[in-house]
Amino acid sequence: MGSKSMIRWLAGLLLLGLMLSFTLGPFLWQVITALKPEMQLAQLPPLLPHPPTGRHFVTVLATPGFLRVALNSLVVAAASVLLAFALGIPAAYALAKLRLRGQGPLLGTLLCLSMFPPIANVAPLYLIFIALRIRDSLLAVVLAHSVFALPFAIWMLTNFFREIPDELYRAARIDGCSHLGLLRHIVLPLAAPGLLSVGLLVFIFSWNEFLYALTLTATEKARTLPVAIALFPGVHELPWGEIAAAAVLATLPVVLLVLAFQRRIISGLTTGAVKG
Amino acid sequence: MSSPAGARAEWARRYGLLAPAVLYAAALALLPVLFTLWLSFRRQLPIFGISRFVGLENYAFLLTEPRFWNAAANTAYFVGVSVSLELALGLAFALLLNQNFRGRSVARALVLVPWVVPSVVAARFWEWIFNADFGVLNYLLGARINWLGDPVWALHAAILADVWKTTPFAVLLLLAGLQVIPAELYRAARIDGANTWQLFRHITLPLLKPVILLVLLFRTMDAARVFDLIFVLTGGGPANETETLVVYAYKLLYRTLQFGYGSALAVATFLFIFALSLVSLYHLRRAWQAQA
Repeated sequence: MGSKSMIRWLAGLLLLGLMLSFTLGPFLWQVITALKPEMQLAQLPPLLPHPPTGRHFVTVLATPGFLRVALNSLVVAAASVLLAFALGIPAAYALAKLRLRGQGPLLGTLLCLSMFPPIANVAPLYLIFIALRIRDSLLAVVLAHSVFALPFAIWMLTNFFREIPDELYRAARIDGCSHLGLLRHIVLPLAAPGLLSVGLLVFIFSWNEFLYALTLTATEKARTLPVAIALFPGVHELPWGEIAAAAVLATLPVVLLVLAFQRRIISGLTTGAVKG
Repeated sequence: MSSPAGARAEWARRYGLLAPAVLYAAALALLPVLFTLWLSFRRQLPIFGISRFVGLENYAFLLTEPRFWNAAANTAYFVGVSVSLELALGLAFALLLNQNFRGRSVARALVLVPWVVPSVVAARFWEWIFNADFGVLNYLLGARINWLGDPVWALHAAILADVWKTTPFAVLLLLAGLQVIPAELYRAARIDGANTWQLFRHITLPLLKPVILLVLLFRTMDAARVFDLIFVLTGGGPANETETLVVYAYKLLYRTLQFGYGSALAVATFLFIFALSLVSLYHLRRAWQAQA
Protein backbone atom coordinates (compact mmCIF):
# COMPACT_ATOMS: atom_id res chain seq x y z
CA MET A 1 0.00 0.00 0.00
CA GLY A 2 2.80 2.38 0.92
CA SER A 3 4.72 1.67 -2.27
CA LYS A 4 1.59 2.04 -4.40
CA SER A 5 0.90 5.55 -3.13
CA MET A 6 4.61 6.31 -3.56
CA ILE A 7 4.38 5.37 -7.27
CA ARG A 8 1.25 7.47 -7.64
CA TRP A 9 3.05 10.41 -6.03
CA LEU A 10 6.08 10.03 -8.28
CA ALA A 11 3.96 9.70 -11.41
CA GLY A 12 2.06 12.82 -10.44
CA LEU A 13 5.29 14.70 -9.87
CA LEU A 14 6.61 13.59 -13.25
CA LEU A 15 3.45 14.71 -15.07
CA LEU A 16 3.48 18.01 -13.23
CA GLY A 17 7.12 18.50 -14.23
CA LEU A 18 6.31 17.74 -17.89
CA MET A 19 3.39 20.16 -17.88
CA LEU A 20 5.36 22.98 -16.31
CA SER A 21 8.36 22.52 -18.59
CA PHE A 22 6.05 22.78 -21.60
CA THR A 23 4.31 25.92 -20.34
CA LEU A 24 7.36 27.66 -18.89
CA GLY A 25 10.12 26.25 -21.11
CA PRO A 26 9.87 28.67 -24.07
CA PHE A 27 9.74 31.66 -21.72
CA LEU A 28 12.70 30.46 -19.65
CA TRP A 29 14.64 29.67 -22.82
CA GLN A 30 14.17 33.27 -23.91
CA VAL A 31 15.43 34.51 -20.52
CA ILE A 32 18.47 32.23 -20.86
CA THR A 33 19.09 33.49 -24.41
CA ALA A 34 18.88 37.09 -23.25
CA LEU A 35 21.52 36.38 -20.61
CA LYS A 36 23.96 34.71 -23.03
CA PRO A 37 27.16 36.45 -24.17
CA GLU A 38 27.03 37.29 -27.90
CA MET A 39 29.47 34.50 -28.81
CA GLN A 40 27.38 31.74 -27.24
CA LEU A 41 24.16 32.63 -29.09
CA ALA A 42 25.37 30.74 -32.14
CA GLN A 43 26.57 27.64 -30.32
CA LEU A 44 24.92 24.76 -28.49
CA PRO A 45 26.11 23.39 -26.05
CA PRO A 46 26.47 25.03 -23.60
CA LEU A 47 22.75 25.32 -22.84
CA LEU A 48 23.26 27.79 -20.03
CA PRO A 49 24.99 31.16 -20.38
CA HIS A 50 28.54 31.01 -19.18
CA PRO A 51 28.96 33.50 -17.61
CA PRO A 52 25.50 35.18 -17.69
CA THR A 53 25.59 38.77 -18.91
CA GLY A 54 23.11 41.63 -18.60
CA ARG A 55 24.54 43.32 -21.68
CA HIS A 56 21.57 42.70 -23.97
CA PHE A 57 19.18 44.15 -21.40
CA VAL A 58 21.39 47.21 -21.03
CA THR A 59 21.56 47.67 -24.81
CA VAL A 60 17.78 47.44 -25.17
CA LEU A 61 17.05 49.76 -22.25
CA ALA A 62 19.62 52.26 -23.50
CA THR A 63 17.89 52.48 -26.90
CA PRO A 64 15.78 55.65 -26.57
CA GLY A 65 13.13 54.18 -28.86
CA PHE A 66 12.51 51.22 -26.59
CA LEU A 67 11.56 53.25 -23.53
CA ARG A 68 9.38 55.48 -25.67
CA VAL A 69 7.54 52.48 -27.08
CA ALA A 70 7.19 50.89 -23.63
CA LEU A 71 5.70 54.11 -22.32
CA ASN A 72 3.31 54.18 -25.32
CA SER A 73 2.15 50.67 -24.42
CA LEU A 74 1.55 51.67 -20.82
CA VAL A 75 -0.39 54.82 -21.76
CA VAL A 76 -2.50 53.01 -24.35
CA ALA A 77 -3.37 50.14 -22.00
CA ALA A 78 -4.19 52.45 -19.07
CA ALA A 79 -6.27 54.76 -21.28
CA SER A 80 -8.14 51.77 -22.71
CA VAL A 81 -9.11 50.67 -19.21
CA LEU A 82 -10.21 54.19 -18.23
CA LEU A 83 -12.27 54.64 -21.39
CA ALA A 84 -13.93 51.24 -21.01
CA PHE A 85 -14.81 52.05 -17.39
CA ALA A 86 -15.98 55.61 -18.01
CA LEU A 87 -18.50 54.58 -20.68
CA GLY A 88 -19.02 50.97 -19.59
CA ILE A 89 -19.86 51.32 -15.90
CA PRO A 90 -22.98 53.51 -16.29
CA ALA A 91 -24.17 51.39 -19.22
CA ALA A 92 -23.63 48.12 -17.36
CA TYR A 93 -25.42 49.51 -14.32
CA ALA A 94 -28.41 50.47 -16.47
CA LEU A 95 -28.46 47.03 -18.11
CA ALA A 96 -28.04 45.11 -14.86
CA LYS A 97 -30.26 47.01 -12.46
CA LEU A 98 -32.89 48.98 -14.39
CA ARG A 99 -35.48 47.21 -16.39
CA LEU A 100 -35.10 48.67 -19.84
CA ARG A 101 -36.97 47.78 -22.96
CA GLY A 102 -34.82 46.03 -25.57
CA GLN A 103 -31.94 45.19 -23.27
CA GLY A 104 -31.79 41.55 -24.34
CA PRO A 105 -31.08 42.32 -28.00
CA LEU A 106 -28.76 45.13 -26.93
CA LEU A 107 -26.64 42.79 -24.80
CA GLY A 108 -26.60 40.25 -27.63
CA THR A 109 -25.42 42.91 -30.07
CA LEU A 110 -22.67 43.97 -27.66
CA LEU A 111 -21.52 40.37 -27.27
CA CYS A 112 -21.40 39.98 -31.06
CA LEU A 113 -19.46 43.23 -31.42
CA SER A 114 -16.85 42.11 -28.93
CA MET A 115 -16.36 38.91 -30.90
CA PHE A 116 -16.00 40.54 -34.30
CA PRO A 117 -12.67 39.74 -35.93
CA PRO A 118 -10.58 42.95 -36.13
CA ILE A 119 -9.89 42.32 -39.82
CA ALA A 120 -13.56 43.18 -40.49
CA ASN A 121 -13.10 46.80 -39.43
CA VAL A 122 -9.41 47.55 -39.53
CA ALA A 123 -9.44 49.01 -43.07
CA PRO A 124 -12.23 51.55 -42.41
CA LEU A 125 -10.60 52.62 -39.14
CA TYR A 126 -7.36 53.12 -41.05
CA LEU A 127 -9.07 55.24 -43.72
CA ILE A 128 -11.15 57.19 -41.20
CA PHE A 129 -8.16 57.93 -38.96
CA ILE A 130 -6.15 59.13 -41.95
CA ALA A 131 -9.02 61.43 -42.91
CA LEU A 132 -9.20 62.74 -39.33
CA ARG A 133 -5.41 63.12 -39.30
CA ILE A 134 -5.02 61.03 -36.17
CA ARG A 135 -3.27 58.02 -37.70
CA ASP A 136 0.04 57.34 -35.96
CA SER A 137 -1.17 58.73 -32.64
CA LEU A 138 -1.80 57.05 -29.31
CA LEU A 139 -5.40 58.25 -29.54
CA ALA A 140 -5.92 56.19 -32.71
CA VAL A 141 -4.69 53.03 -30.99
CA VAL A 142 -6.81 53.65 -27.88
CA LEU A 143 -9.93 54.25 -30.00
CA ALA A 144 -9.28 51.07 -31.98
CA HIS A 145 -8.77 49.04 -28.80
CA SER A 146 -12.04 50.33 -27.39
CA VAL A 147 -13.84 48.66 -30.31
CA PHE A 148 -13.30 45.42 -28.42
CA ALA A 149 -12.72 46.71 -24.90
CA LEU A 150 -15.98 48.64 -24.46
CA PRO A 151 -18.47 45.92 -25.49
CA PHE A 152 -16.40 43.38 -23.56
CA ALA A 153 -16.35 45.55 -20.42
CA ILE A 154 -20.10 46.24 -20.59
CA TRP A 155 -20.84 42.54 -21.00
CA MET A 156 -18.61 41.51 -18.09
CA LEU A 157 -19.65 44.35 -15.76
CA THR A 158 -23.34 43.66 -16.39
CA ASN A 159 -22.76 40.10 -15.19
CA PHE A 160 -20.89 41.27 -12.09
CA PHE A 161 -23.46 43.97 -11.25
CA ARG A 162 -26.31 41.49 -11.51
CA GLU A 163 -24.79 39.52 -8.65
CA ILE A 164 -25.42 42.43 -6.26
CA PRO A 165 -28.65 41.66 -4.35
CA ASP A 166 -31.61 43.70 -5.59
CA GLU A 167 -32.84 44.37 -2.02
CA LEU A 168 -29.82 46.54 -1.25
CA TYR A 169 -30.39 48.49 -4.39
CA ARG A 170 -34.11 48.92 -3.83
CA ALA A 171 -33.72 50.04 -0.21
CA ALA A 172 -31.29 52.78 -1.21
CA ARG A 173 -33.55 53.76 -4.09
CA ILE A 174 -36.52 54.21 -1.74
CA ASP A 175 -34.33 56.35 0.52
CA GLY A 176 -34.08 58.74 -2.42
CA CYS A 177 -30.58 57.88 -3.59
CA SER A 178 -29.90 59.00 -7.16
CA HIS A 179 -28.55 56.61 -9.81
CA LEU A 180 -25.09 58.09 -9.59
CA GLY A 181 -25.17 57.95 -5.79
CA LEU A 182 -26.25 54.30 -5.96
CA LEU A 183 -23.43 53.54 -8.36
CA ARG A 184 -20.84 55.21 -6.16
CA HIS A 185 -21.95 54.02 -2.74
CA ILE A 186 -23.43 50.59 -3.38
CA VAL A 187 -22.70 49.10 -6.78
CA LEU A 188 -19.04 50.01 -7.23
CA PRO A 189 -17.82 49.04 -3.74
CA LEU A 190 -19.67 45.72 -3.87
CA ALA A 191 -18.50 44.95 -7.39
CA ALA A 192 -14.90 46.01 -6.74
CA PRO A 193 -13.42 42.54 -7.31
CA GLY A 194 -15.31 42.32 -10.61
CA LEU A 195 -14.05 45.76 -11.64
CA LEU A 196 -10.51 44.64 -10.92
CA SER A 197 -11.01 41.53 -13.07
CA VAL A 198 -12.36 43.54 -15.99
CA GLY A 199 -9.66 46.19 -15.64
CA LEU A 200 -6.92 43.56 -15.67
CA LEU A 201 -8.35 41.75 -18.70
CA VAL A 202 -8.74 44.97 -20.70
CA PHE A 203 -5.23 46.07 -19.72
CA ILE A 204 -3.72 42.75 -20.81
CA PHE A 205 -5.72 42.76 -24.06
CA SER A 206 -4.53 46.25 -24.93
CA TRP A 207 -0.92 45.58 -23.92
CA ASN A 208 -0.81 42.53 -26.23
CA GLU A 209 -2.93 43.70 -29.20
CA PHE A 210 -1.10 43.73 -32.53
CA LEU A 211 -3.16 44.11 -35.73
CA TYR A 212 -4.70 47.51 -34.94
CA ALA A 213 -1.47 48.82 -33.42
CA LEU A 214 0.47 47.68 -36.47
CA THR A 215 -1.80 49.26 -39.08
CA LEU A 216 -2.67 52.46 -37.25
CA THR A 217 0.87 53.52 -36.34
CA ALA A 218 3.84 54.37 -38.51
CA THR A 219 6.60 55.62 -36.21
CA GLU A 220 7.93 55.27 -32.69
CA LYS A 221 5.72 58.19 -31.77
CA ALA A 222 2.75 55.86 -31.37
CA ARG A 223 4.09 52.32 -31.74
CA THR A 224 3.39 49.85 -28.96
CA LEU A 225 5.70 47.08 -27.73
CA PRO A 226 4.25 44.22 -29.83
CA VAL A 227 4.70 46.28 -33.00
CA ALA A 228 8.26 47.24 -32.09
CA ILE A 229 9.12 43.62 -31.32
CA ALA A 230 7.56 42.36 -34.54
CA LEU A 231 9.43 44.95 -36.62
CA PHE A 232 12.70 44.64 -34.72
CA PRO A 233 15.41 46.26 -36.83
CA GLY A 234 17.82 43.85 -38.46
CA VAL A 235 18.23 43.10 -42.11
CA HIS A 236 19.88 39.70 -42.50
CA GLU A 237 21.47 38.87 -39.18
CA LEU A 238 18.84 39.30 -36.48
CA PRO A 239 20.18 40.54 -33.13
CA TRP A 240 18.89 37.52 -31.20
CA GLY A 241 20.22 38.54 -27.81
CA GLU A 242 18.55 41.92 -27.98
CA ILE A 243 15.29 40.54 -29.36
CA ALA A 244 15.25 38.07 -26.47
CA ALA A 245 15.90 40.82 -23.93
CA ALA A 246 13.18 43.05 -25.42
CA ALA A 247 10.73 40.12 -25.55
CA VAL A 248 11.36 39.30 -21.89
CA LEU A 249 11.00 42.95 -20.86
CA ALA A 250 7.73 43.29 -22.80
CA THR A 251 6.33 40.18 -21.14
CA LEU A 252 7.43 40.83 -17.57
CA PRO A 253 4.74 43.37 -16.59
CA VAL A 254 1.84 41.16 -17.69
CA VAL A 255 3.39 37.99 -16.25
CA LEU A 256 3.75 39.75 -12.90
CA LEU A 257 0.12 40.87 -13.14
CA VAL A 258 -0.98 37.28 -13.66
CA LEU A 259 1.09 35.95 -10.78
CA ALA A 260 -0.12 38.73 -8.46
CA PHE A 261 -3.80 38.65 -9.45
CA GLN A 262 -4.33 35.11 -10.71
CA ARG A 263 -7.54 34.69 -8.71
CA ARG A 264 -9.14 37.83 -10.17
CA ILE A 265 -8.04 37.04 -13.71
CA ILE A 266 -9.31 33.47 -13.52
CA SER A 267 -12.64 34.60 -12.08
CA GLY A 268 -12.92 37.20 -14.86
CA LEU A 269 -12.17 34.69 -17.61
CA THR A 270 -14.49 31.99 -16.30
CA THR A 271 -17.37 34.39 -15.49
CA GLY A 272 -17.21 35.95 -18.91
CA ALA A 273 -17.03 32.63 -20.67
CA VAL A 274 -19.53 30.60 -18.66
CA LYS A 275 -22.20 33.30 -18.74
CA GLY A 276 -21.49 33.97 -22.39
CA MET B 1 -42.40 59.25 -9.67
CA SER B 2 -46.11 58.81 -10.26
CA SER B 3 -46.58 61.94 -12.36
CA PRO B 4 -45.99 61.56 -16.11
CA ALA B 5 -43.34 64.30 -16.01
CA GLY B 6 -41.47 62.48 -13.24
CA ALA B 7 -41.72 59.21 -15.12
CA ARG B 8 -40.40 60.86 -18.26
CA ALA B 9 -37.47 62.35 -16.33
CA GLU B 10 -36.69 58.94 -14.85
CA TRP B 11 -36.86 57.40 -18.34
CA ALA B 12 -34.43 60.02 -19.60
CA ARG B 13 -32.06 59.38 -16.71
CA ARG B 14 -32.11 55.63 -17.31
CA TYR B 15 -31.43 55.83 -21.01
CA GLY B 16 -29.01 58.67 -20.35
CA LEU B 17 -26.78 56.19 -18.52
CA LEU B 18 -26.81 53.85 -21.46
CA ALA B 19 -26.73 56.26 -24.39
CA PRO B 20 -23.05 57.33 -24.41
CA ALA B 21 -21.77 53.76 -24.52
CA VAL B 22 -24.29 52.67 -27.16
CA LEU B 23 -23.64 55.65 -29.42
CA TYR B 24 -19.90 55.20 -29.01
CA ALA B 25 -20.03 51.48 -29.80
CA ALA B 26 -22.26 52.16 -32.81
CA ALA B 27 -19.85 54.78 -34.16
CA LEU B 28 -16.62 52.89 -33.58
CA ALA B 29 -17.58 49.24 -33.82
CA LEU B 30 -20.67 49.01 -36.01
CA LEU B 31 -20.14 51.75 -38.60
CA PRO B 32 -16.69 50.53 -39.69
CA VAL B 33 -18.10 47.07 -40.31
CA LEU B 34 -20.78 48.57 -42.57
CA PHE B 35 -18.06 50.63 -44.23
CA THR B 36 -16.13 47.41 -44.93
CA LEU B 37 -19.24 45.91 -46.50
CA TRP B 38 -19.64 49.00 -48.68
CA LEU B 39 -15.98 48.92 -49.72
CA SER B 40 -16.28 45.26 -50.66
CA PHE B 41 -18.67 46.20 -53.49
CA ARG B 42 -16.23 48.70 -54.90
CA ARG B 43 -12.99 48.86 -56.77
CA GLN B 44 -10.97 51.07 -54.50
CA LEU B 45 -7.33 51.79 -55.31
CA PRO B 46 -6.44 55.12 -53.70
CA ILE B 47 -2.94 55.27 -55.22
CA PHE B 48 -4.41 55.26 -58.75
CA GLY B 49 -7.37 57.39 -57.77
CA ILE B 50 -9.72 54.55 -58.70
CA SER B 51 -13.00 54.36 -56.82
CA ARG B 52 -16.10 52.88 -58.41
CA PHE B 53 -18.97 50.50 -57.73
CA VAL B 54 -18.45 47.01 -59.13
CA GLY B 55 -21.23 45.04 -57.42
CA LEU B 56 -20.31 41.47 -56.63
CA GLU B 57 -17.28 41.42 -58.90
CA ASN B 58 -14.79 41.22 -56.00
CA TYR B 59 -16.60 38.24 -54.52
CA ALA B 60 -16.86 36.51 -57.87
CA PHE B 61 -13.15 36.97 -58.43
CA LEU B 62 -12.36 35.77 -54.89
CA LEU B 63 -14.16 32.49 -55.52
CA THR B 64 -12.05 31.77 -58.59
CA GLU B 65 -8.73 32.69 -57.03
CA PRO B 66 -6.52 29.73 -55.98
CA ARG B 67 -4.68 31.88 -53.43
CA PHE B 68 -7.95 32.50 -51.57
CA TRP B 69 -8.76 28.79 -51.43
CA ASN B 70 -5.21 28.07 -50.33
CA ALA B 71 -5.59 30.55 -47.47
CA ALA B 72 -9.00 29.12 -46.57
CA ALA B 73 -7.60 25.59 -46.52
CA ASN B 74 -4.62 26.65 -44.41
CA THR B 75 -6.94 28.41 -41.97
CA ALA B 76 -9.25 25.40 -41.71
CA TYR B 77 -6.29 23.06 -41.16
CA PHE B 78 -4.78 25.40 -38.58
CA VAL B 79 -8.08 25.68 -36.70
CA GLY B 80 -8.86 21.96 -36.82
CA VAL B 81 -5.47 20.71 -35.66
CA SER B 82 -4.64 23.38 -33.12
CA VAL B 83 -8.06 23.44 -31.46
CA SER B 84 -8.13 19.62 -31.15
CA LEU B 85 -4.65 19.57 -29.64
CA GLU B 86 -5.53 22.40 -27.26
CA LEU B 87 -8.62 20.58 -26.09
CA ALA B 88 -6.77 17.29 -25.53
CA LEU B 89 -3.80 18.88 -23.80
CA GLY B 90 -6.02 21.32 -21.90
CA LEU B 91 -8.13 18.46 -20.57
CA ALA B 92 -5.02 16.55 -19.46
CA PHE B 93 -3.61 19.60 -17.68
CA ALA B 94 -6.97 20.42 -16.09
CA LEU B 95 -7.33 16.86 -14.75
CA LEU B 96 -3.84 17.09 -13.30
CA LEU B 97 -4.51 20.46 -11.69
CA ASN B 98 -7.80 19.17 -10.29
CA GLN B 99 -5.90 16.77 -8.00
CA ASN B 100 -5.23 17.80 -4.43
CA PHE B 101 -1.59 18.61 -3.87
CA ARG B 102 0.48 21.22 -2.15
CA GLY B 103 1.38 24.19 -4.32
CA ARG B 104 -1.63 23.64 -6.60
CA SER B 105 -2.51 27.34 -6.83
CA VAL B 106 1.10 28.19 -7.71
CA ALA B 107 1.07 25.54 -10.45
CA ARG B 108 -2.22 26.94 -11.74
CA ALA B 109 -0.77 30.46 -11.90
CA LEU B 110 2.34 29.22 -13.72
CA VAL B 111 0.27 27.32 -16.29
CA LEU B 112 -1.45 30.63 -17.05
CA VAL B 113 1.81 32.33 -18.11
CA PRO B 114 1.71 31.52 -21.87
CA TRP B 115 -1.82 32.94 -22.09
CA VAL B 116 -0.62 36.37 -20.98
CA VAL B 117 2.47 36.48 -23.22
CA PRO B 118 1.73 38.82 -26.17
CA SER B 119 1.32 36.63 -29.25
CA VAL B 120 3.98 38.59 -31.11
CA VAL B 121 6.40 37.86 -28.29
CA ALA B 122 5.33 34.21 -28.22
CA ALA B 123 6.15 34.08 -31.92
CA ARG B 124 9.63 35.45 -31.18
CA PHE B 125 10.12 32.78 -28.48
CA TRP B 126 9.26 30.02 -30.91
CA GLU B 127 11.09 31.52 -33.86
CA TRP B 128 14.28 31.21 -31.82
CA ILE B 129 13.44 27.69 -30.67
CA PHE B 130 12.71 26.66 -34.28
CA ASN B 131 15.85 28.33 -35.67
CA ALA B 132 17.38 25.85 -38.12
CA ASP B 133 21.02 26.53 -37.18
CA PHE B 134 21.05 27.52 -33.52
CA GLY B 135 17.58 26.43 -32.35
CA VAL B 136 17.24 24.38 -29.19
CA LEU B 137 14.61 22.11 -30.77
CA ASN B 138 17.01 20.79 -33.41
CA TYR B 139 19.67 20.49 -30.72
CA LEU B 140 17.43 18.42 -28.45
CA LEU B 141 16.22 16.22 -31.32
CA GLY B 142 19.68 15.95 -32.83
CA ALA B 143 18.05 16.99 -36.12
CA ARG B 144 18.66 19.65 -38.72
CA ILE B 145 15.15 20.52 -39.79
CA ASN B 146 14.35 23.92 -41.26
CA TRP B 147 11.11 24.15 -39.27
CA LEU B 148 9.93 27.53 -40.55
CA GLY B 149 11.41 27.32 -44.04
CA ASP B 150 10.23 23.85 -45.02
CA PRO B 151 6.74 23.87 -46.61
CA VAL B 152 5.86 20.60 -44.86
CA TRP B 153 6.83 21.76 -41.37
CA ALA B 154 6.09 25.50 -41.32
CA LEU B 155 2.33 25.34 -40.69
CA HIS B 156 2.84 22.64 -38.06
CA ALA B 157 5.46 24.75 -36.32
CA ALA B 158 2.96 27.63 -36.18
CA ILE B 159 0.34 25.25 -34.80
CA LEU B 160 2.70 24.14 -32.02
CA ALA B 161 3.35 27.76 -31.05
CA ASP B 162 -0.40 28.43 -31.02
CA VAL B 163 -1.08 25.36 -28.89
CA TRP B 164 1.53 26.56 -26.40
CA LYS B 165 0.01 30.02 -26.22
CA THR B 166 -3.66 29.13 -25.95
CA THR B 167 -3.84 25.83 -24.05
CA PRO B 168 -3.93 27.73 -20.71
CA PHE B 169 -7.26 29.28 -21.68
CA ALA B 170 -8.72 25.81 -22.26
CA VAL B 171 -7.20 24.59 -18.97
CA LEU B 172 -8.86 27.38 -16.99
CA LEU B 173 -12.35 26.81 -18.33
CA LEU B 174 -12.09 23.02 -18.13
CA LEU B 175 -10.75 23.21 -14.57
CA ALA B 176 -13.66 25.45 -13.58
CA GLY B 177 -15.97 22.85 -15.12
CA LEU B 178 -14.29 19.97 -13.29
CA GLN B 179 -14.57 21.71 -9.95
CA VAL B 180 -18.37 21.89 -10.05
CA ILE B 181 -18.82 18.14 -10.61
CA PRO B 182 -20.10 16.83 -7.25
CA ALA B 183 -17.58 14.57 -5.48
CA GLU B 184 -20.42 12.28 -4.31
CA LEU B 185 -20.93 11.09 -7.86
CA TYR B 186 -17.39 9.72 -7.94
CA ARG B 187 -17.69 8.21 -4.46
CA ALA B 188 -20.91 6.44 -5.29
CA ALA B 189 -19.49 5.05 -8.53
CA ARG B 190 -16.33 3.89 -6.73
CA ILE B 191 -18.47 1.97 -4.24
CA ASP B 192 -20.22 0.34 -7.19
CA GLY B 193 -16.78 -0.85 -8.32
CA ALA B 194 -16.08 1.53 -11.23
CA ASN B 195 -12.41 1.99 -12.18
CA THR B 196 -10.71 5.30 -12.95
CA TRP B 197 -11.27 5.07 -16.70
CA GLN B 198 -14.97 4.31 -16.23
CA LEU B 199 -15.29 7.28 -13.88
CA PHE B 200 -13.73 9.51 -16.53
CA ARG B 201 -15.74 8.04 -19.39
CA HIS B 202 -19.15 7.96 -17.70
CA ILE B 203 -19.06 10.85 -15.22
CA THR B 204 -16.37 13.39 -16.08
CA LEU B 205 -16.73 13.52 -19.86
CA PRO B 206 -20.54 13.74 -20.08
CA LEU B 207 -20.75 16.37 -17.32
CA LEU B 208 -17.91 18.35 -18.84
CA LYS B 209 -19.39 18.30 -22.33
CA PRO B 210 -20.95 21.79 -22.23
CA VAL B 211 -17.65 23.32 -21.09
CA ILE B 212 -15.72 21.38 -23.72
CA LEU B 213 -18.03 22.74 -26.40
CA LEU B 214 -17.70 26.24 -24.98
CA VAL B 215 -13.92 26.00 -25.23
CA LEU B 216 -14.36 24.67 -28.75
CA LEU B 217 -16.51 27.68 -29.69
CA PHE B 218 -14.15 30.29 -28.21
CA ARG B 219 -11.00 28.70 -29.50
CA THR B 220 -12.43 28.14 -33.00
CA MET B 221 -13.42 31.79 -33.36
CA ASP B 222 -10.04 32.89 -32.08
CA ALA B 223 -7.88 30.47 -34.05
CA ALA B 224 -9.73 31.26 -37.30
CA ARG B 225 -8.49 34.85 -37.14
CA VAL B 226 -4.86 33.95 -36.45
CA PHE B 227 -2.57 36.72 -37.62
CA ASP B 228 0.13 37.86 -35.15
CA LEU B 229 1.80 34.48 -34.81
CA ILE B 230 2.04 33.78 -38.54
CA PHE B 231 3.01 37.36 -39.39
CA VAL B 232 6.10 37.13 -37.18
CA LEU B 233 6.98 33.44 -37.60
CA THR B 234 6.78 33.09 -41.38
CA GLY B 235 4.97 36.08 -42.86
CA GLY B 236 2.78 33.52 -44.65
CA GLY B 237 5.67 31.76 -46.35
CA PRO B 238 7.30 29.58 -47.53
CA ALA B 239 5.43 29.83 -50.85
CA ASN B 240 2.20 30.85 -49.05
CA GLU B 241 2.14 27.49 -47.26
CA THR B 242 1.26 29.20 -43.96
CA GLU B 243 -0.82 32.04 -45.36
CA THR B 244 -4.15 32.23 -43.54
CA LEU B 245 -7.22 34.29 -44.49
CA VAL B 246 -6.39 37.21 -42.20
CA VAL B 247 -2.73 37.27 -43.24
CA TYR B 248 -3.78 37.36 -46.91
CA ALA B 249 -6.35 40.07 -46.21
CA TYR B 250 -3.72 42.11 -44.39
CA LYS B 251 -1.40 41.88 -47.40
CA LEU B 252 -4.15 42.91 -49.83
CA LEU B 253 -5.13 45.86 -47.66
CA TYR B 254 -1.78 47.19 -46.55
CA ARG B 255 0.83 45.90 -48.95
CA THR B 256 -1.04 46.40 -52.21
CA LEU B 257 -3.65 48.87 -50.89
CA GLN B 258 -6.54 47.08 -52.63
CA PHE B 259 -9.22 48.32 -50.25
CA GLY B 260 -12.15 46.98 -52.26
CA TYR B 261 -10.87 43.47 -52.89
CA GLY B 262 -9.23 43.28 -49.46
CA SER B 263 -12.54 44.22 -47.84
CA ALA B 264 -14.32 41.49 -49.79
CA LEU B 265 -11.82 39.02 -48.36
CA ALA B 266 -12.33 40.50 -44.87
CA VAL B 267 -16.09 39.98 -45.23
CA ALA B 268 -15.54 36.43 -46.49
CA THR B 269 -13.27 35.76 -43.51
CA PHE B 270 -15.92 37.10 -41.16
CA LEU B 271 -18.56 34.86 -42.77
CA PHE B 272 -16.20 31.89 -42.50
CA ILE B 273 -15.71 32.50 -38.76
CA PHE B 274 -19.41 33.19 -38.30
CA ALA B 275 -20.35 29.89 -39.96
CA LEU B 276 -17.85 27.99 -37.81
CA SER B 277 -19.24 29.56 -34.63
CA LEU B 278 -22.83 28.84 -35.64
CA VAL B 279 -21.98 25.16 -35.99
CA SER B 280 -20.29 25.18 -32.57
CA LEU B 281 -23.18 27.10 -31.01
CA TYR B 282 -25.68 24.63 -32.40
CA HIS B 283 -23.85 21.76 -30.72
CA LEU B 284 -23.41 23.79 -27.53
CA ARG B 285 -27.12 24.44 -27.27
CA ARG B 286 -27.94 20.78 -27.87
CA ALA B 287 -25.49 19.71 -25.16
CA TRP B 288 -27.02 22.14 -22.67
CA GLN B 289 -30.52 20.99 -23.50
CA ALA B 290 -29.48 17.37 -23.09
CA GLN B 291 -28.14 18.18 -19.64
CA ALA B 292 -31.07 20.28 -18.43
